[in-house]
Amino acid sequence: MTTSINGMARRFGDDVNTDYIISSRRKRESLDPAVLKQYLFETIAPEFAASVRAGDIVVAGKNFGCGSAMEVAVTAVVGAGIKVVLAQSFARTYFRNAVNNGLYPIECDTSRIAEGAALSIELGEQVIVRCEGMTEPLQAAPIARDMLAILDAGGLVPYLLRNPSF
Amino acid sequence: MSGKTLSEKILSAKSGRDVRAGDVVICEVDYALGTDGSIPMAMDYFAAMGGERVHAPRRLLFALDHYAPAPSPKAALLQAGIRRFAKEQGIPLFDVGEGIGHQLVVEKGFAAPGRLLVGADSHSVTYGAANCFATGIGSSDLAGVMKTGKVWLKVPASIRVRLHGRLAQGVYPKDLALYLAQLLGTDGATYETLEFAGDGVQSLDFEDRLVVANMSVELGAKNAIFPYDEACRRYLEGRVDDLSGALHADADAIYSGTLDIDLASLEPFVAVPHQVSGNVRVETLDATPVQMVFLGTCTGGRTKDFRQALGVFREFGQPASGVQLVVTPASREVLLELTQGGELAELIALGAVIVTPGCGACCGTSGAIPEDGANVISTANRNFKGRMGNPTANIFLASPEVCAASAIAGHIASPRMLLAGHQSR
Repeated sequence: MTTSINGMARRFGDDVNTDYIISSRRKRESLDPAVLKQYLFETIAPEFAASVRAGDIVVAGKNFGCGSAMEVAVTAVVGAGIKVVLAQSFARTYFRNAVNNGLYPIECDTSRIAEGAALSIELGEQVIVRCEGMTEPLQAAPIARDMLAILDAGGLVPYLLRNPSF
Repeated sequence: MSGKTLSEKILSAKSGRDVRAGDVVICEVDYALGTDGSIPMAMDYFAAMGGERVHAPRRLLFALDHYAPAPSPKAALLQAGIRRFAKEQGIPLFDVGEGIGHQLVVEKGFAAPGRLLVGADSHSVTYGAANCFATGIGSSDLAGVMKTGKVWLKVPASIRVRLHGRLAQGVYPKDLALYLAQLLGTDGATYETLEFAGDGVQSLDFEDRLVVANMSVELGAKNAIFPYDEACRRYLEGRVDDLSGALHADADAIYSGTLDIDLASLEPFVAVPHQVSGNVRVETLDATPVQMVFLGTCTGGRTKDFRQALGVFREFGQPASGVQLVVTPASREVLLELTQGGELAELIALGAVIVTPGCGACCGTSGAIPEDGANVISTANRNFKGRMGNPTANIFLASPEVCAASAIAGHIASPRMLLAGHQSR
């Protein structure tokens, strides 16, 4: 299945660890994404949580989601209405948790995408990323079919409800 | 078609397909570990998946190790819920005080050649020392295994790490792990396997390999895997019922890269705050005072580690005044060995604070929390800001010998530096 998503780029740098995405201090208070989204990226971008809009696209450098494997670092992002993260590369556990929670982790060269740029992304086995101001689309890593099936279902929970034995 | 790496062989067997690096497979899992850090969220996901009875309770292992003993009523409540669930479902449970889940998976013989193990904790990579495929997963993945017995995995490309020769005296597997982190950086092996090979492997015993495999995740690796040989067999025999799954990589397997490491050229390293890859030679840090020394964790909390540290204390004396020595055996078996061998009494006589076997001080969940601004030197695997529960503390990582020598000196030191100090007096 191919889906198109349009949204505004919200820029971050390299090595954004899961604690920067959502502080583990907040995790002790609640695991509810609706609560945690108020504190999203508070350590490195205090203005983010108030200004994020559903449909925004997080754009980062290399090794996004490194450090602890805590899954709330994905569910809090999903809770804010974000459906796609573009990064140069992802930490492995963040990538897994993203797939399992229906957050599309897309690997591409993000170096020329600026804060606030309008993005248009076609999500399928082949991924095409178009950025306002660029003539050519950006090359993105393809998504394997089994992974795409989980993502398109909205994550592992809805996927296994539909396919009870995988 | 080309030959296969160890990861490609195991994941082919477990998925029933002939797969290579880059393929995505759905695999039957031999064992899956959950901890009190990851099970509560997995139980929620399991319920959301419509789960009632788990697929294969005897293939799940629950360990209450992150909050051991429970530091708050909230943690105690979560643990009570896990105990109830495990009992209802017939899932083996390692309760508070039995030790760190990763150590128990190895000690109790769940990790064995050719098996696929996953754990909802990043240091599940440790079991690769036993010639199996072992990797960390999230809580949703654990719930998926509870529901179906299966997990989806991308078959990783492999970096071949060829070890040559042997480590010099005073240099330990921890130094090898820190050297690899320095060489590859914190994301240098992301999504990939570190497959160990070469004549130098045989100079490392099984417990040494656990240290190296454990720290592979700090380089971003999906897993680390060691060959099956005599040292592996010796440790696993008597613990594992079936050693027939041993595998070797094919000679024509394709690797994404090869590293050649001369073990004899390595020196004692220390990782400086707040990155595991920020390593320097121990001599450069001798003006760094320490207030806490931590011996323990799934990296450096085994009997052998405490014996190495005690060797230094016996030769050079007590911890300096103002240094808190914290000792956390990785498991009850380790604690018993130290008790029976007399080492525990020696550690107590040195003034060590003995903490319940478990994750404890390493992740700041229970155990000893460093004071504001304290410098800590530790046998652990991570030195991130806030890791031990106080974001103003600075955590240095080193081998048990360097940690012990630093306790005695009151500043960062190696036994060689202590010896030089004695001789110059």
